[in-house]
Amino acid sequence: MSARSFTFDADNLKRAEAIVTKYPVGRQASAVMPLLDLAQRQDGGSLTQAAMDYIADYLKMPPIRVYEVASFYTMFNLKPVGKHHVQVCTNLPCWLRGSDVIADTCKRTLGIGFGETTADGQFTLNEVECLGACVNAPMMQINDDYYEDLDPDTTRAVLSVLKQGGKPKTGSQMGRRSCEPKTGLTTLKDIQPKGKKK
Amino acid sequence: MLQDKDRIFTNIYGFGDVGLAGARARGDWNGTKDILARGREAIVDAIKKSGLRGRGGAGFGTGMKWSFMPKEIGARPHFLVINADEGEPGTCKDREILRHEPHKLIEGALIASFAIGAHACYCYMRGEFLREAEALQQAADEARAAGLIGPNACGSGWDFEFHIHLGAGAYICGEESALIESLEGKKGQPRLKPPFPANVGLYGCPTTVNNVESIAVAPTILRRGPEWFAGIGRPNNVGTKLFNISGHVNNPCTVEEEMGIPLKELIEVHAGGVRGGWDNLLAVIPGGSSVPMIPKGICETVKMDFDSLREVKSGLGTGAVIVMDKSTDVIRAIARLSRFYKHESCGQCTPCREGTGWLARMMERMVRGDAEPDEIDVLEQVTRQVEGNTICALADAAAWPVQGLLRHFRPELERRIAEARARQSGRAA
Repeated sequence: MSARSFTFDADNLKRAEAIVTKYPVGRQASAVMPLLDLAQRQDGGSLTQAAMDYIADYLKMPPIRVYEVASFYTMFNLKPVGKHHVQVCTNLPCWLRGSDVIADTCKRTLGIGFGETTADGQFTLNEVECLGACVNAPMMQINDDYYEDLDPDTTRAVLSVLKQGGKPKTGSQMGRRSCEPKTGLTTLKDIQPKGKKK
Repeated sequence: MLQDKDRIFTNIYGFGDVGLAGARARGDWNGTKDILARGREAIVDAIKKSGLRGRGGAGFGTGMKWSFMPKEIGARPHFLVINADEGEPGTCKDREILRHEPHKLIEGALIASFAIGAHACYCYMRGEFLREAEALQQAADEARAAGLIGPNACGSGWDFEFHIHLGAGAYICGEESALIESLEGKKGQPRLKPPFPANVGLYGCPTTVNNVESIAVAPTILRRGPEWFAGIGRPNNVGTKLFNISGHVNNPCTVEEEMGIPLKELIEVHAGGVRGGWDNLLAVIPGGSSVPMIPKGICETVKMDFDSLREVKSGLGTGAVIVMDKSTDVIRAIARLSRFYKHESCGQCTPCREGTGWLARMMERMVRGDAEPDEIDVLEQVTRQVEGNTICALADAAAWPVQGLLRHFRPELERRIAEARARQSGRAA
């Protein structure tokens, strides 16, 4: 993750070109957020000044306008993060369903606190504001995926699979398809096929 | 109670095929060309007649909003912007549309865009909804390949492009003018109004910003007729609505119900009741974190619609019902929301930038009872000074939960302070 220089790799150059065409001619600044996201992914999860300067140049924007955007939005990491960025929602709907315990489980399992990264660079832990999965609370996001309907056991299990380099099952950890009532449908009983739940 | 035959989102849980074939089997994209052939005015009139009020929280008439767009397309192109920046704590309804009913949204986007004279729509989704964005993009690709969107969409002669734009983690971008700023590649800071987006919106062009659910219900309304939609619910509060029931219920869930369903019925029938039984209920935040809570007494009879909830000094908001049972430290609950608003204030207006900090710090002390009794009044004053004195409604949204707490649970704050003082003097003695 050299801070000295940055250029998009070939794939990202293609993606960047396609993204810019979504917006009217002369409005390429609209692409700044998607391009910052590309750069962040290419650089292992965080943004360097070199990457921001590169995007400013690419979009013909003053660099300060890019810094301003990068520092305004929480999904842009201006400091390095671990390979797995664990973000536990602690907002009210999650808190009511035990996010304190989930947060503690993460802290104990990973041996770090909020805002910290494990010594091996594998995990960064943070608390996060509402992620919009409130009927599946408590939940956490790790990189691009949501892990929902958590309890301490399933939280440990998800982290353990990641530690071993595996891919945990995403979504509900208690066997729900999505946001339906866990004990069975109260609506759409005849419309939707049954027997898909565990 | 709503019957299945009147439900719009018949795949809301994702049990069925999310793709185009499944969507078509559920009735999506059926006769879209004929709907467009009715013409702009007829479509706007039908949506007006249906009584659909915006599903993003404010409850402004959707048809009315569409009618504010210039009738003629001048030198500046028109835009439709869909607000999919769902982030109001408690709210997770649009997520289910985006990932399980994406074709309803895309078809609605085409119809709405046509109705307001727009050839392009940007769907601004919160950045964390990456999987949902993938599902929506897949649906858009299918629709494009089938000629439903793109040049000459559905054979209507109308060219229509649908674009997804991902945000990057800022609650304030759910405010429509902040969303537009963000879409233009800037910090998400709300604009002064007027001018309103219908005159000066995205790129300075006429723009309509609608919530996901408002757009996604439009095709069904136009197929089944405005009278059908207007016949559900009660006057001025009509149609079906997605509700999210979270917190201390046995079965948290999302469900489509009729507007005006009693809150108690919603909780008992669909969410399996309050944990520990109805009598274990303390309070409910009925419309997402921004609306004031209502105590059990009001929950007994209140109906879930705009006007009923306003009458009890709360609001329907997004239809996100957060249930708190008697084990809840209600002061801590609201303190958590105050911390949220402090975190999410964009910092542009002083009353909000400073006020949300004041509220969060005072609420943190109130949790411990570390305050003078008359500071409860100071807290109330701060909410009044913040409210209505800023460019956007985030400051109001920060003030209202605290006001709701003071309105219904003031004795709880007083007791907490008294207990802390008693401990203090016990220690001193």
